[in-house]
This record gives sequence, structure tokens and C-alpha cells, in this order.
Amino acid sequence: MASAAIYSLFIINKSGGLIYYKDYGSAGRTDTNDSLRLASLWHSMHAISQQLSPTPGCAGIDLLQADNFDLHCFQSLTGTKFFAVCETGAQNIEVLLKVIYELYTDFVLKNPFYEMEMPIRCELFDLNLAQVIQKDRVALLGR
Amino acid sequence: MPPPTAPKSGDALFASVERVNAELFTLTYGAIVRQLLTDLEEVEEVNKQLDQMGYNIGTRLVDEFLAKSNVSRCADFKETADVIAKLGFKMFLGVTATVTNWDAEGTSCSFVLEDNPLVDFVELPDTCQGLQYCNVLSGVIRGALEMVSMKTEVTWVRDMLRGDDAYEMRVKLTKQVPEEYPYKDDD
Repeated sequence: MASAAIYSLFIINKSGGLIYYKDYGSAGRTDTNDSLRLASLWHSMHAISQQLSPTPGCAGIDLLQADNFDLHCFQSLTGTKFFAVCETGAQNIEVLLKVIYELYTDFVLKNPFYEMEMPIRCELFDLNLAQVIQKDRVALLGR
Repeated sequence: MPPPTAPKSGDALFASVERVNAELFTLTYGAIVRQLLTDLEEVEEVNKQLDQMGYNIGTRLVDEFLAKSNVSRCADFKETADVIAKLGFKMFLGVTATVTNWDAEGTSCSFVLEDNPLVDFVELPDTCQGLQYCNVLSGVIRGALEMVSMKTEVTWVRDMLRGDDAYEMRVKLTKQVPEEYPYKDDD
């Protein structure tokens, strides 16, 4: 059993393509095709949720709660979505997703060799992301 | 849900980002413009290239601005212009702009810069009179706004390098692409 609050992290671009996927010990779903499919499904569900909203100006699903996991989603104003599958009741995931958004702007967008909207292959991003997640775990152990 | 964090002030924002020596920045930009003039020869081509470079920068830099400034969605173009002038310029250039000369429909306005760090040591020679030295800035604005669904045209109307009393950039909102599904931008 993983001690982490986060099971997995997805980043999808504004057209619904998966550009980053990281697994943190979920029950072994690592198939690339599956993660791509899940990402574009989530993109569509997010869009549908905006349509279903009875009030105008809805920005889509922020949190989806299930029996055995929570899915937190953060969408930037430019349309990139960051979402994390977590333990039920995991706290402060919105803050963590904001921090990951900052890392994305620093280590992905500022990399001159990164092509916009394409899959993220940036070592510096991986490294800094791992540190942030690690810090989050340490904070969890201390509670 | 915790309440969204309040937007930072321009000064707090400027203090929170990494900075480089102003001279290094100014001279590097000068070297780029100079090299473009050598490579492309035509002043008009250089203007175009600077604008394109700015656009490419803008499409990436807008996310950094949104991530670090904590601003939320702007209600209208007026608010957008204020945010750019007070926070955007401050965060990346260390100066603020004033927003003036609104037209009646509220779709075009001017950013006036009294102080422009790009031109600290610049004197335009006679051979380059058509050069829009700061065209990279207008490209950045155009690129950044396009990423948040606003198509704009940005032009320079006053330029201190040509003897005007300030820098004035005219921003005209030409099209606002709806963001909600179904996207209606195909027509």
C-alpha cells in the first residue's frame, strides 16, 4: 500500500491530448493507451459538465469524489488541465496542483526546445516535480 | 474549498520573480536587434521578425503570469487591459503602463509607457528610421492575449526613439473566441 496521497498525475493540453502522465503507485495502470484514453475522456467530461451547469460561467468539474479515490482537477485560464487522482479526503491538492502549474511554466514552457502542446519530456520538470511530491509525502507522514 | 488567493500587487509580484541585471537585459536585446538587421537587411523584415519573436514569447509567458500572479478570469477587456498595465508590465519589465484613450465600444485602448528599459542606450540612426525597435513588446501582448482567447492587433503610435514624448502602444480587440464548448470559432 502506497503511503502517498497522490496515486497519479495527468496534464492535458487545451485540445484534450495527454502531454504528461505520472504514476505514483496506483493499482498498476501504466498502459500508455489507457492513460491517453482516460485523459481525452476526462477532457470531454469536463466540457460536458460546463454544459450541464444550470448557472452560466461554470468552469467545469473541480473535484470528483468516488468511494475509494478523489479526483482533483485544475484548469488554467489558457486551457491546460492538471488533474490528480488521490486518496479519499486528501487535503490541499488544489494548492499542490497550483504549484505543479508553476513548475510547468518554469521548467516546461521556458525550455526553448519544448514544443507547445506536445508531450512533456523535460528532465528538470521531472526532477522538480519529484521533489514537490516528495515534500508533500513528508508533510503527510508528519501529520 | 479554500477561498482563492487574492491577486498579488504589482510590487509584490515583481519582488517574487527572479531578475537579471537591467544592463544585461537591455544590451542583449540590442544585440538581437542588431543581428537581425545584419541578417535580414530590410527594416520591415526586422519589424516582422521582432513581432514574431514577441508572439512566440507571449504564448509561453502568459502561463507564467497567470500561475504567479493569482489573477482570476477578467470580466471584460477593460479589466484585462488594467491587469496587463499594472501587473503584467511590472512583473516582466519592472515598469507600469497607463491605460488611456478608450474608444466608445471599449474594444481598443492605449498603453502608455513613460519608462522603457529596452531603449536605455538606444539612438536610432538615419538608416533605420522605419525600425520599430520595441516591436517585441507588441508581439508579446498579442501572443499572450491570443492564448486567453482574445485576438488583437497591436501597433505603436508613439515612440520616444522618433522624438515623441512617450511610448504608446495601441491594442485593438478584433475577436473574442468563445471558450465554452461547443466552440463556435469555425464560422
